[in-house]
Amino acid sequence: MRTGRVLLLSIISAVAGCSGNQAALDPQGAPAIHIEHLIIGITIVCTVVWLLVMIVLGWALLRKRSSDSSQPGERSLTMIVGSAVAATVIIIAGLTIASFYTTRGIGLPENAALTITVRAQQWWWQVIYADPDPVLSFQTANEIHIPVGQDVRIQLESADVVHSFWVPSLAGKQDLVPGRSNSLLLRAERPGIYRGQCAEFCGLQHTHMAMMVIADEPADYQRWIAAQRENEAIPTDQDAAAGKIVFLSKPCAACHTVRGTPATGTTGPDLTHVGSRQTIAAGLLETTRGSLAAWIADPQTLKPGNNMPMVPLNSVELRNISAYMESLK
Amino acid sequence: MTFGSINDTRWSILATCLLVVAGAAFLGWAREPRELRTDPPVVADLDRFRLMSDGISGAPPESYFAEGKPYESDAYNLSQGQRLYTWFGCQSCHGDGRGNVGPSFLDGWWLYGPETVSIVASIRDGRPHGMPAFRDQMTIEQIWQLAGYVQTIGAYSAKVAATGRRDDRYTRPAENRAPAKILFNEGPVGAHPDQGPSP
Repeated sequence: MRTGRVLLLSIISAVAGCSGNQAALDPQGAPAIHIEHLIIGITIVCTVVWLLVMIVLGWALLRKRSSDSSQPGERSLTMIVGSAVAATVIIIAGLTIASFYTTRGIGLPENAALTITVRAQQWWWQVIYADPDPVLSFQTANEIHIPVGQDVRIQLESADVVHSFWVPSLAGKQDLVPGRSNSLLLRAERPGIYRGQCAEFCGLQHTHMAMMVIADEPADYQRWIAAQRENEAIPTDQDAAAGKIVFLSKPCAACHTVRGTPATGTTGPDLTHVGSRQTIAAGLLETTRGSLAAWIADPQTLKPGNNMPMVPLNSVELRNISAYMESLK
Repeated sequence: MTFGSINDTRWSILATCLLVVAGAAFLGWAREPRELRTDPPVVADLDRFRLMSDGISGAPPESYFAEGKPYESDAYNLSQGQRLYTWFGCQSCHGDGRGNVGPSFLDGWWLYGPETVSIVASIRDGRPHGMPAFRDQMTIEQIWQLAGYVQTIGAYSAKVAATGRRDDRYTRPAENRAPAKILFNEGPVGAHPDQGPSP
């Protein structure tokens, strides 16, 4: 009874991993669909082979050894071993060919419509939408918007150590190696929010290095791009306006950029539209005024080891600055 | 499994080896617990060092000694300092430590003395002839981390604590090999007249 319940619970928890916004078995993009087919194919083939081997083994163990001399001859032994070897070769060759087909399916097409550069840092994702015209280029962090139904080339770079970019619902894993540039094809067939995270241990806060890939309808995507290209929203309420002054006079501006202000630091995430992102600190907290305040007040308690220092602020300054951050939509 | 077949000497050797490994691991852990979040009052106290009237040398706050001079002797803080050296563009004037527009750290000559407080004061408040003040750009803890690192590359004797490994090309001996020592042995180069008042 008890064993049954434990078994049931473990099956439920295992199956729960098969869907959701971060699941390789619930693919929403062409490359991930190819990979899912490969996973299912290999699992079925291996299951059949395993069952056959077990049946033969069971038969060999259980069969009655007859006393009379009905031993198989040399010839039939050769036949059995030969056909088993041939079957092994054919199955392995088949799986290899299937794997090659999948690799071709997830490969980059000649001309992807859009290239986005993702630069991994300890422990966040810098996302660069580069444009030949510097006025149209912009940066964001930990949130990648892509248009539905289009091939998007993600150019992967790293600033410090090896990271790995993995959005299971849309594509396979690809490493980000310092000093190198890798590419990955992303393609979403359906609008939605797909969660991804670093899949290569990269230090203390490897767990808190998540990102969102948001697939928008083309019109929504264009609207998002246009909004991101804008400079900062000029704060209207009093708290936020005071917060801007604090932000610019404190060390914040030395590491963070807010376009349209003198803040042009590049070591931390670009904060021009930080209020429009769903999460802060690489998926650590939802973006609310409260979580922004908590993060600014004590980053080393929320995410120990990250590179954001605790800047001494009094309570009024903290309130103002978090209002300003929230207003940067 | 029976233990009778293994004689007593082998057991004691094995136990000794395990003890040595465990002891080394413990010492490594006990020697340097990494402090990621310094208490705000301790950080605030870092600002309260006193300098001599000529701005050269001085006394760090008492709490700095109580903490065991972490910014000079602790590998994590030195590594953070190494990061800050790049992030805050020290290279644009001081190069890899050999100087460029700004003075060298490796020529065996400290314009304002080799003490960490002098270096902290130089970074925080700036110095004449072009050294900007970083008071509004870095927290005081970051300034101490950076000062500890700068002192390491200009130290005449190597420190026990080493910074993290850098992946870029090495243009001078590594930080933990006291790069300044080699140049210092050649004798002081002397201050350039345009590099501020000579001590």
